[in-house]
Amino acid sequence: MSLNKILSTVAVFLVTLLSGGGVALADGIYKAKPDQLGFMEPATQVMRDIVSFHDGLLIMCIGVCLFVLILMLYIFIKFNAKANPTPSKTTHHTGLEVVWTILPIIILLVIAVPSFRLLYLQDVIPEADLTVKAIGNQWYWTYEYPDHGDFSFDSVMLTDEEAAAAGHPRLLGTDTHIVVPVNKTVRMIITASDVLHAWAIPAFGVKIDAVPGKLNETWFKAEREGMYYGQCSELCGKDHGFMPIMVEVVSEEKYNAWIEMAREEYAANETDNLTRVASMLPAQQ
Amino acid sequence: MGSEAHGTPTGWRRWVLSTNHKDIGTMYLIFAILAGIIGGGLSGLMRGELMEPGINFLTSFTNGDVEAAKHFFNVLITGHGLIMVFFMVMPALIGGFGNWFVPIMVGAPDMAFPRMNNISFWLLPAAIALLVLSIFVEGSTYPGVGAGWTVYAPLSTSGHSGPAMDLAIFSLHLAGASSILGAINFICTIFNMRAPGMTLHKMPLFVWSVLVTVFLLLLSLPVLAGAITMLLTDRNFGTSFFDAAGGGDPLLYQHLFWFFGHPEVYILILPGFGLVSHIISTFSRKPIFGYLGMAYAMVAIGVVGFIVWAHHMYTVGMDVDTKAYFTAATMVIAVPTGIKIFSWLATMWGGSIRFETPMLFSLGMIFLFTIGGVTGVVLANAGIDTAMHDTYYVVAHFHYTMSMGALFSMFAGWYYWIGKMSGKPYPQFVSKLHFWLTFIGVNVIFFPQHFLGLAGMPRRIPDYPDAYHYWNYVSSVGYMITGVGTLVFLLGVYMTLRSKERVGDNQWGEGATTLEWTLSSPPPFHQFNELPRIK
Repeated sequence: MSLNKILSTVAVFLVTLLSGGGVALADGIYKAKPDQLGFMEPATQVMRDIVSFHDGLLIMCIGVCLFVLILMLYIFIKFNAKANPTPSKTTHHTGLEVVWTILPIIILLVIAVPSFRLLYLQDVIPEADLTVKAIGNQWYWTYEYPDHGDFSFDSVMLTDEEAAAAGHPRLLGTDTHIVVPVNKTVRMIITASDVLHAWAIPAFGVKIDAVPGKLNETWFKAEREGMYYGQCSELCGKDHGFMPIMVEVVSEEKYNAWIEMAREEYAANETDNLTRVASMLPAQQ
Repeated sequence: MGSEAHGTPTGWRRWVLSTNHKDIGTMYLIFAILAGIIGGGLSGLMRGELMEPGINFLTSFTNGDVEAAKHFFNVLITGHGLIMVFFMVMPALIGGFGNWFVPIMVGAPDMAFPRMNNISFWLLPAAIALLVLSIFVEGSTYPGVGAGWTVYAPLSTSGHSGPAMDLAIFSLHLAGASSILGAINFICTIFNMRAPGMTLHKMPLFVWSVLVTVFLLLLSLPVLAGAITMLLTDRNFGTSFFDAAGGGDPLLYQHLFWFFGHPEVYILILPGFGLVSHIISTFSRKPIFGYLGMAYAMVAIGVVGFIVWAHHMYTVGMDVDTKAYFTAATMVIAVPTGIKIFSWLATMWGGSIRFETPMLFSLGMIFLFTIGGVTGVVLANAGIDTAMHDTYYVVAHFHYTMSMGALFSMFAGWYYWIGKMSGKPYPQFVSKLHFWLTFIGVNVIFFPQHFLGLAGMPRRIPDYPDAYHYWNYVSSVGYMITGVGTLVFLLGVYMTLRSKERVGDNQWGEGATTLEWTLSSPPPFHQFNELPRIK
């Protein structure tokens, strides 16, 4: 393998490492930046922990790859047919074999500790200030606010022209979106009405499948106001790539004002639970 | 020596009615190359669409209908995955090289059940025909199956009302039956037909790798067969195994699928491990380092491979303790894999290394598989997988293990054995050009996909937010480089087969110690009429 190729691979790895914290964008817009190498700018404690854990893992990855690479290059130079015409006949070295079994185990144990800490931080849901329900449909999301009279609305992707007019990035903007208060723990209840979908906001470190007949739960506590974008993350058919997710994080006052507005605006959508459940059942064939 | 009972059929009878393991192996290899061209072509259409934002490439296949193009993209990812797994990698490594060399390496005249071997192969053309047919009949509104190679319910049940999905399911049934029959054949051959003195602990590592692989096949494929049969009855006979409205559970399908699917990915890579061991040893002129450790590392990978399946399902809403278990179990696999990598390096240490083309592919495989391995350790962590799941990071990871691990070992095996199989040498320059183009090409395709995944780009989307343009463009350029490399490979195949030169019994010299190098090149139609004795 060529040295140039190797060097450029290593260089790109290092750039990824350095940019591991993601890139902050102006105006509180949280989405990927062009040519981005690492994670998005984290907006929650969970995502910050994911990023820092990943940075640590990346050092391990680069270390292991470099170690293997350097050994290989050394072997190529030292033990090629010209340099070493008579091969040795060594086929065993118990000590060495024990070392290369034990050493990876130790590395894995070192990884396991922060890994489990992160996992339990993510998965044990704290006392929630607010619950929002998201229902995946082919191919849009329906949101419900059970704490505020259970109003609900659909959130459909804007066309390219509409998105440009509304100032949203192409394929990420939706006609309506959920609004949540900053620094409050939001519990998301996720399900689906037809096939699998997945609700994801990369900047929050949140991704959970929407499964018909099953209520999944996750949470986030966004620390900064702004507009956050995500995309459906489980293949759900033709328009899988075209049912984005938008979350606007606002101050407490703005949130209360929005709730008042939304209750009025979406009042017509309030339906009793039985009708809603019935309408969610897949049509009998 | 040769008796009249050993007929040598000619013409179409030699191939269609073949019971000869070498002829069947050859047919498997030809089949795998053809399927690889189809599967690679499908990925070319995908990369063509993803090269620029917007849906503007696939529309030329759908008369400008954007909606049909979106579904067509999903059909492409489904076809690419299924073809590469079931009709390219498995037929090449197990059916092709396994059939050719497992009987020879254990000193047997043929496989245990030669006629069963025949049907194992001939089920495959039928299977791929059904899959290709499914592309042209109704799936969901538009033609073809667009549910991914995992065909998750309910997208594969209520989400695909047309007969395309049924055809794809039947295709998998046939391919699965073919593999189960093949697996039984290999197990019986390896356990019962070893030459005198060929104890299990003297068996070449390629035979060990195939033995572990076929046990994985035998134990996991029936689970897949059951799962897709349940899909079939859900679709056509009113059952509701995977339908929540009828008391079923869509996640049950995922558990069943990945109980097969995870062993399956080891099925794809283990024969490659075995092959690379031979090649490293041959071209270092040294016996393999830590033979027993290598053999039992593969057994360990096979066993642990059965208890890690739900790491493909970290985001389905599993209990946190379950996720913790699958995280721990998955990371354990890094240990035997590490043993293999280090043993290969130790084999080369102190050796006298020649950089022939098979060796180049093997070295490439070792390094690139290491990259795929460390990203695998990253993904094993359920906590971090929340950010990675269903993004291009996963795509990059499994292509580093499959497209570089399995594919490179296949090319390594091809160049290692084509002289033995055909009696003709491969062209030196063209084969090395093939290696470098492929090596650079696949890295340019898949390394940037790590960045796309970290930045959050989901898998399986035909169009992406504009921020992801740059690395997608680079990735598509990499595809073109790899495509040229593949043409160079085909040129090399042509030049080999047209070559007037001949190679001797042992092309590689004293480093090549397994039994196939004691036979002529190509070997006689029936070898080992008198069984060899292994000291």
